[in-house]
Amino acid sequence: MSSQTDWVYSEKLKDHFVNPRNILEDEESYQDDGKGIVGNMKCGDQMLIVIKVDKEKGIITDCKWKTYGCASAIASTSILSEMVKGMTLEQAYKLSPKDIAKELGGLPENKVHCSVLGDKALRAAIVDYYKRNGMQDKVKEEDARVVCHCMNVTDEEIEEAVLEGARSFLDIQERTKAGTVCGECKEDILRLLDKYKKEHFGK
Amino acid sequence: MEARKVYMDNNATTPLHPQVKEEMIKAMEVFGNPSSMHQFGRAARSMVIEARQSVASFIGSKPEEIVFTGSGSESSNTVLSILACPARLCDCSGLGKFSKIITTTIEHPCVLETAKCISQRDIEVKFLSVDQYGKIRMEELEEELKKGPALVSIMTANNEIGTIQDIKQIARLSHKYDSLFHTDAVQAVGKIPVDVNDLDIDLLSLSGHKVYGPKGIGALYVKKGTPFCPLIRGGHQESGRRAGTENTLGIIGFGKALQVRANEMPAEHERLLGYKKRLKDGLKNNIEDIHFNGHPQDCLANTLNVSFPGAEGESILLYLDLAGIAVSTGSACASGSLDPSHVLLSTGIPIEYAHGSIRISMGRDTTSEDIDYMIEVIPKVIQKIRKMSTVKIGGGKNE
Repeated sequence: MSSQTDWVYSEKLKDHFVNPRNILEDEESYQDDGKGIVGNMKCGDQMLIVIKVDKEKGIITDCKWKTYGCASAIASTSILSEMVKGMTLEQAYKLSPKDIAKELGGLPENKVHCSVLGDKALRAAIVDYYKRNGMQDKVKEEDARVVCHCMNVTDEEIEEAVLEGARSFLDIQERTKAGTVCGECKEDILRLLDKYKKEHFGK
Repeated sequence: MEARKVYMDNNATTPLHPQVKEEMIKAMEVFGNPSSMHQFGRAARSMVIEARQSVASFIGSKPEEIVFTGSGSESSNTVLSILACPARLCDCSGLGKFSKIITTTIEHPCVLETAKCISQRDIEVKFLSVDQYGKIRMEELEEELKKGPALVSIMTANNEIGTIQDIKQIARLSHKYDSLFHTDAVQAVGKIPVDVNDLDIDLLSLSGHKVYGPKGIGALYVKKGTPFCPLIRGGHQESGRRAGTENTLGIIGFGKALQVRANEMPAEHERLLGYKKRLKDGLKNNIEDIHFNGHPQDCLANTLNVSFPGAEGESILLYLDLAGIAVSTGSACASGSLDPSHVLLSTGIPIEYAHGSIRISMGRDTTSEDIDYMIEVIPKVIQKIRKMSTVKIGGGKNE
């Protein structure tokens, strides 16, 4: 018999799935400095991340989470909560899905979007912290309108993708992951795609 | 630590019955081509004849009405493709009047995808909806049949939720309107009595590995006189209805499997019904907010499909796997696609229920201790997942 540990996932991911770290168990009483929630039930993935921040140093001192989702979604948030402790807000803000996937020892291709949600939830928590502390200048990007609610993608990100060469809905999906889950935003994305193509390329 | 092993995914596939295994090991010595006239060929041929007889008698047909195929999927593909025959050079005269396929939204992909493909060739396809338990509505079927003769393809029992359709009534209605009736009975055969004469079926798909036989072997029942067109051409095998040298080993195993099944099925049915009731009660009493899918009565005895809001299916599946329990899920994440089960969504349950669903399918090896073990483990797993879930559960219970 082959071993029961022969999963599609890495051992590291499995470890974080079986023994998740830093679950937010005391949601009511937890005094967070920033809170972010992304994804939705419709897509089958939702993540909530809360952080505590050393305001003097701008360093994340604690990170807790709750996740509704598959094994890679749970493990992504678990490992992320360990990675960000001790990071500056700027460092944490720049974390990418790739960084999370790498830390987990790789993710199957169809699971990459699970880790995308993790870093978006973290960014949302950091932005929340900035907003609460009157640091609006750091979050101008987040004033953009969210177009894809599943993957939390804004119109600015879609504009950026167009500027970088995206020309079709498929290109947008590949670059931003927008519209890859429930697909409700497809119309909206097509309209924006048209608009930005005209704006920037005159066609 | 080696966890206990509890296989609860018999709708995906079943283990070989020990008697089938024994029969197949013996049959491995027989290598002749059943088409050959010499003694080697004759030895193989006689075993194929015996197997065909066994399959035929299990569903109440004549041996010459059984066509062996490579799988249940191939059988159903063959049936739907009959209408798409471009040349009408085969035994398919009389098919001209059928220009439409009537099927349902809860069919297995082998029917759904083939129907979608064929709809590109000037053949209309109507997908009937189902009610909350997964049953089709007879009025809707009749409404469609009134528009003209069609090929009706409706599964006997659903693989995910176990709901059993009123096949006799569907067949009668189809014939009343001069239509052909096919049923994908892959999940039903071997679990409930299926008699093609009693039910008045024209075409029926079945599969070997769902009945404790080998994989890679299926069969198609074609009622005598039914227009037919082969999917795989170029040989006289199976009376010209399915070319390619016979999978003798598979055929022999399949035949043996159904022969054994005939003796085991009745008692097993009662036993599994009892287990299911106990499992249902056990889960209901130990888990808050739980929803059972499928028809409360007209359902396969071995199949229990259940949703746990707030817990995602793939997580449930993998935690159960760690405890040695094998189930399947209708969640999107596990399937590799981003959509949860089309069957569950067709019954109109909320999408988050579909994401949080698992299918438990028992089998001949299921024991009373297995049920106890599941009642012990599943509530713990759900509790663990819900503790880290963003979704707060409602607390409602239902049947």
